[in-house]
Amino acid sequence: MTQTRIDHRFAKTRAEGRAALVTFIMAGDPDFATSLQILKTLPKAGADVIELGMPFTDPMADGPSIQAAGLRALKSGMTLKKTLALVAEFRREDQATPIVLMGYYNPIYVYGVDQFLIDAKASGIDGLIIVDLPPEEDSELCEPALKAGLNFIRLATPTTDDKRLPKVLTNTSGFVYYVSITGITGAATPDYSKVADAVARLKRHTQLPIAVGFGVKNAQSAAAIAVHADGVVVGTALVDVIAAASKPDQAQQGDVITHVSNFVGQLVSGIQQARSKA
Amino acid sequence: MKPDLPNSFRTGPDEHGHFGIFGGRFVAETLMPLILDLEQAYTKAKADPSFQAELDHLATHYVGRPSPLYYAERLTQHLGGAKIYFKRDELNHTGAHKINNVLGQIQLALRMGKKRIIAETGAGQHGVATATACAKYGLECVVYMGAVDVERQKPNVFRMNMLGAKIVPVQSGARTLKDAMNEALRDWVTNVADTFYCIGTAAGPHPYPAMVRDFQSIIGKETREQMQQAEGRLPDSLVACIGGGSNAIGLFHPFLDDRSVEIYGVEAAGHGLAVPDGHAASLAGGRPGVLHGNRTYLLMDEDGQINEGHSISAGLDYPGIGPEHAWLRDMGRVTYLSATDKQALEAFQMCCKLEGIIPALEPAHALAAVMELAPKKPKDHLMVMNMCGRGDKDIFTVAEHLGGM
Repeated sequence: MTQTRIDHRFAKTRAEGRAALVTFIMAGDPDFATSLQILKTLPKAGADVIELGMPFTDPMADGPSIQAAGLRALKSGMTLKKTLALVAEFRREDQATPIVLMGYYNPIYVYGVDQFLIDAKASGIDGLIIVDLPPEEDSELCEPALKAGLNFIRLATPTTDDKRLPKVLTNTSGFVYYVSITGITGAATPDYSKVADAVARLKRHTQLPIAVGFGVKNAQSAAAIAVHADGVVVGTALVDVIAAASKPDQAQQGDVITHVSNFVGQLVSGIQQARSKA
Repeated sequence: MKPDLPNSFRTGPDEHGHFGIFGGRFVAETLMPLILDLEQAYTKAKADPSFQAELDHLATHYVGRPSPLYYAERLTQHLGGAKIYFKRDELNHTGAHKINNVLGQIQLALRMGKKRIIAETGAGQHGVATATACAKYGLECVVYMGAVDVERQKPNVFRMNMLGAKIVPVQSGARTLKDAMNEALRDWVTNVADTFYCIGTAAGPHPYPAMVRDFQSIIGKETREQMQQAEGRLPDSLVACIGGGSNAIGLFHPFLDDRSVEIYGVEAAGHGLAVPDGHAASLAGGRPGVLHGNRTYLLMDEDGQINEGHSISAGLDYPGIGPEHAWLRDMGRVTYLSATDKQALEAFQMCCKLEGIIPALEPAHALAAVMELAPKKPKDHLMVMNMCGRGDKDIFTVAEHLGGM
């Protein structure tokens, strides 16, 4: 597989001697236009990689915050087609920041895998994280996606033992997403020493960058993870910032952008401190 | 184009858990090792005669099996066609077929050393059965139930409380069975070390659909023997209601290769199949998709977002169906019909008055289909309907609809 935007971006952060900041937002939350503005803001504020959630009615691995974000997006009329259009809009201005779509398989299956891969590639999407497609179901989407030149990023979890890890890593590309806890998004803060062990264990099995997520809530926890990992994923905490700032009785769209920008800035400085300490 | 028919309809699923294109293991990585463990434990237990012996013992002494095969004489006379039998699974301990599956899964949980049991429930029958088995074996029990279902199935909520289970009312989505299942999966993904997920229907990731079917197949096996004794031959037709489809697959599976036996599954048509979001008939109104660990027929919109569905029966109010039913439908082996809320209520009343049996609203749907089918059959046609649950839990819902409160 040729080098993708994801490969380039992790090579860059690695050369800079720091962890990459991976930010998650839900496409279309709270609506298409605001979501596009947020998307454009993220790289300017210091995000290195963007995970873009595909809204789904039944997100089985997500906690209340991301469930609610998906429902807000769906209520505003978001669809998978519009999510692809959102990325295409973003790509008019930004050709460098990798975008990884994250979500559940059903909307893609219904869209049609072949057509989806053509359209996703054309929109400028770089990779996919599909929560409910384990390696046992690789023929569904993973293998066709790799053929189409998209990265397929797999989740490794505390239950993925050494025996199973090779199976999970086969066909994984771009980076490995280590889920720091057994649980849903937005749950408890992980035990950092266990995360360090887990990252070390993964590194024995793969050359790919390891990004760690689930339970990273602020600059401090981002810093703690950044000491060990090649990437830090922040989702729920950012989604909560968007939710709080976009309540109808609250301020205007401009304020959502300011809040997002400030929060991402804090995460960036947390990650930078981790480097100077380490 | 008709697909090539297999030599047997009873050999599925394949090693990957597929029934044709349906089934599979569409779960988060965190759960994958657990599902593989479960599959291994189940395969081992199946091969162990002491496992089956324990289940047989429980069936006889705890559940009260075999359940009778009862000739519904007045209903038969009233409809004037087929000779109608009820398979009386509503007489089981806890009042429905659900206990057949729960005892199997709990035995397995004990073998696997799991101390904490979680379950989802719609009508509450599976929740009650799970709470019952957990009480019997001293296991912690947590039941996820949609907040709407908690309201409409109050008697079962009380029963679960009495039995020492913790009931978690689920507030997400439409607050019914689908959402309860999401929440149970979220619990499982969090508490992987000590928790066993006791799924109530023949759906979910492999091996659940096959395992639940195996535990429920006692219904069909008994029916075969009992009909031999009563009439000296096989039945001519089988009828069962379908939400996820566990009582139906339990009755159907032992007969799938007896081509002379007509098989009818009955989905919930709610307010009518033409009413958008007004029914729960996944086969009649859905198309293939992936949810809750398996590929099957689902009620969903153009974008693949899952619809809520509706049925007066909390046990049928689910936008999917077990994957084996999806396959049997595509193969044409089973004919799937539907009955509306109104038809089910009519059948419910008729059964009470003619047979002195208060059926649950779930099998009232099957009974509604019997009312359509039986008059068109000759008098020597033997029809078996699975009376899979009793209606005590539904009397308030029915009274509300009929204005009897």
